Amino acid sequence: MRKLIRSGNPVIWAKTVQLVLLAVITTAMLGAGQSRYEQLGHELVCSCGCGQILLECNHVSCPSSPVMIRELQAQLTSGLGDTAVVNWFESKYGATVLAAPIRGGFDNAAWIIPIGVFLLATAGTFLVVWIWKRRANSLVPAPAQLHPAGLQGPEESALRERIRRETEY
Amino acid sequence: MPVHPMPQFGSFSLLLALVLTAYNLIFGGVSLWGATAGGQRTTRIPEAAWNRLGETARRAGMASFAAMCCAAFALVWAAFTNDFSVEYVRAHSNIALNPAYKFAALWSGQEGSLLLWAFLLSAYGFVLRLRHRVDVRLSAFASTILAGIQLFFVLLLVVGAPPFSLHPGPVPQDGAGLNPLLQYPEMVMHPPMLYLGYVGFSVPFAFALGALMMRYPGEKWIHITRRWTMVTWLFLTVGIFMGAHWAYSVLGWGGYWGWDPVENASLMPWLTGTAFLHSVMMQEKRGMMKNWNVWLIFSTFLLTILGTLLTRSGVVSSVHAFAQSNIGSWFYSFILIAFAVCLFVFFFHRDHLKSENKLESLVSRESSFLFNNMILLAACFTVLWGTLFPVLSEYVQGSKVTVGAPFYNRVNIPIGLFLLFLTGIGPLLAWRSTSLRSIRRNFILPAIAIGVTAVVLMICGVRPWKDGNEMQSTLFSLVTFSLGAGVITGIVEEFLRGANVVRTQTGKNLLASALLLTRRNTRRYGGYIIHFGIVVMFIGIAGGAFNQSRETAMGYGDTLALGPYRMVCRSITQDSKAEYDTDYAVLDVYRGDKYITQLSPERRVYFAGTDHEQAATVVALHSTAQNDLYTVFEGKDPDTGQPIIKAFLNPLIAWIWIGVAIVVAGTFVALFPNLTRTAVRQRQEETAPAGASRAPAAVGAAGVLVKAPHA
Repeated sequence: MRKLIRSGNPVIWAKTVQLVLLAVITTAMLGAGQSRYEQLGHELVCSCGCGQILLECNHVSCPSSPVMIRELQAQLTSGLGDTAVVNWFESKYGATVLAAPIRGGFDNAAWIIPIGVFLLATAGTFLVVWIWKRRANSLVPAPAQLHPAGLQGPEESALRERIRRETEY
Repeated sequence: MPVHPMPQFGSFSLLLALVLTAYNLIFGGVSLWGATAGGQRTTRIPEAAWNRLGETARRAGMASFAAMCCAAFALVWAAFTNDFSVEYVRAHSNIALNPAYKFAALWSGQEGSLLLWAFLLSAYGFVLRLRHRVDVRLSAFASTILAGIQLFFVLLLVVGAPPFSLHPGPVPQDGAGLNPLLQYPEMVMHPPMLYLGYVGFSVPFAFALGALMMRYPGEKWIHITRRWTMVTWLFLTVGIFMGAHWAYSVLGWGGYWGWDPVENASLMPWLTGTAFLHSVMMQEKRGMMKNWNVWLIFSTFLLTILGTLLTRSGVVSSVHAFAQSNIGSWFYSFILIAFAVCLFVFFFHRDHLKSENKLESLVSRESSFLFNNMILLAACFTVLWGTLFPVLSEYVQGSKVTVGAPFYNRVNIPIGLFLLFLTGIGPLLAWRSTSLRSIRRNFILPAIAIGVTAVVLMICGVRPWKDGNEMQSTLFSLVTFSLGAGVITGIVEEFLRGANVVRTQTGKNLLASALLLTRRNTRRYGGYIIHFGIVVMFIGIAGGAFNQSRETAMGYGDTLALGPYRMVCRSITQDSKAEYDTDYAVLDVYRGDKYITQLSPERRVYFAGTDHEQAATVVALHSTAQNDLYTVFEGKDPDTGQPIIKAFLNPLIAWIWIGVAIVVAGTFVALFPNLTRTAVRQRQEETAPAGASRAPAAVGAAGVLVKAPHA
């Protein structure tokens, strides 16, 4: 297999990618439906104003969660798909019933911005470190710094103190 | 006209505190200006006269603490003596309330919690002013800045949210009582801890701003504020996790962190504060990142205020009681003023913040700190973004959305894992530059630990590809456990390497050598202990991927099986207490056929308040290192009247609390002063066995037992 891949044959590459994709999709589908109730119940929020995830809202005498849970079970048994169930709840209770912004449009910004900031910050840090490193390398150290052994008295003490300070945790 | 001495005393104390704080701010500021001008001989008044004026301002600041003590005492006294003429006491206490919770009434409402904030701020200020000799001029700047912050809070208490307002009309016979959810021992401790953390960040902020204003030479201000910052960070950490433990033990939804705006508000300054604690080391050691550090501490302080604004102004929806109030405009104004001051001072003095050194290598301790900072700030931004997104969405789309746990978990877990990775590699890198040989030597064992743990866990059944819908969370858990093993191996390796050197030098056993090693450099090894605690917490959090739950109506003798446990219902009882009616089920818990314990999940209805009945669940919990069996009395089946019991099996939760305890221990270690070399040598000579004295480094001149000046 490794030899075939190394040969660079596009057909083999495509087959390999297909195989991997098939494996991933099969893996993802195994067990799908096992906990649709749990999964969808955790994508919705109780509408009573407590702000808790539907299946986690258990405050005593909650007027909303038992009703919503029964509705969720009814929607699931009616054979609706996940998106249809979520849409049904959104149309009945409004967008605040969704535990996360997933409606597309501006909602996408909720997901894209933090990831974008994270990636930009990572790239920015690499860039800053690289620039600093280049600048530091371009500086020619003074001869005294190259030969600290030649220092004596207070200068040597100061240098030793600096080394201690800079190398200690 | 009825006389209410205690509320009047409290109001008078607040007014007195306001005057004293204003005096401290105005005359402290004038004296600092005058002393600078006097020193430069631009005024005729000698510098000494300005200093005397500054001394009166300092004393006024200290006296304001006494006035705030009186105000806080007046409110607590009113609660203890059931003085329902005070509207705040009527709304948050009642006659039957347990005395400990009457004390907690001080911070259970809007006005009381603001009073606690101002009181703690004055207490911090008192300590700062008392210890002014550590650096008189810098302390004077910091004291004046603190007085500015305190003035805002005291003014808010006097005008915007007065805690001693009288109840209109006749004095009620009883109060409305404390929210039953708050009647829990941890709730007596959690808010003060959190507030000590929030308020405490004002001190390093004041020092940083003061140092910048006076163009303080060198980095001594960092030494002065190091302990302040660490203690504050410790309070905030403990406060946050006490809140999490309270949520877990009381709210009864089986979790401990719900990403509510109030929780987020406490997490944001913790994240930036943690970043500051790391990056400030670069300034201390190498004179780098000065701009960055100044803005980190500015941001941390502003985030404590922003968090307060978000949760008290009604800007965002929260389950917490403070969410709706009319003091938002106060906080908006204060944040704007504080930000403007920070910006002005920064731009005016930014030339003073020039780095003394440049970063020399990508593979170095400095760059790991940079990445650590970047990750912590990215996490902070994500939390802030998620908290504010509903407001933005309403502005842009015209409809509010909910940003709940699914969003935060999906975005923050990868960030958290990257942070865990950096926690492992950062301490193993050298300052300035790390050689390839050093990398090989330091990272080989952690890398092996990561690989071995991953393989062993997969063999034991942690296989993400087999978990269907739970694939992602199982994968994250697998990565967390593996990385955690690597980080712990790295930490143990560092301890063992150092302890072996000490053992060679002193002839002590390995444990004693590790102890001596830690005492020689408490900051470094205390830091490792904190990292170890953080890893343990991560492991506890990762256990959440394997949570299970079941819910059923249980009659007498019915059984509910969950994981290795079997619960048998032994009785269903109703009872009536002084403050509440209760329903509870008694469940015998078995593991296999072995009896383990008895759990009694409970539902209470509090009727003591005069306003309305309040219901609450009381969780029954059996906690072990392996997992928690967590049971809740959900309600009653409307048809059969049987109790509905919901049981959760939460693996590894106990490790979160153990991790926090380790973090606390590590912080205490890091706060201890180092043993100096002379003291170590003396100890070695006193305690080392005769043979050990031949060890090369153990031979040295006897010294005196002294503490390091700037540990």
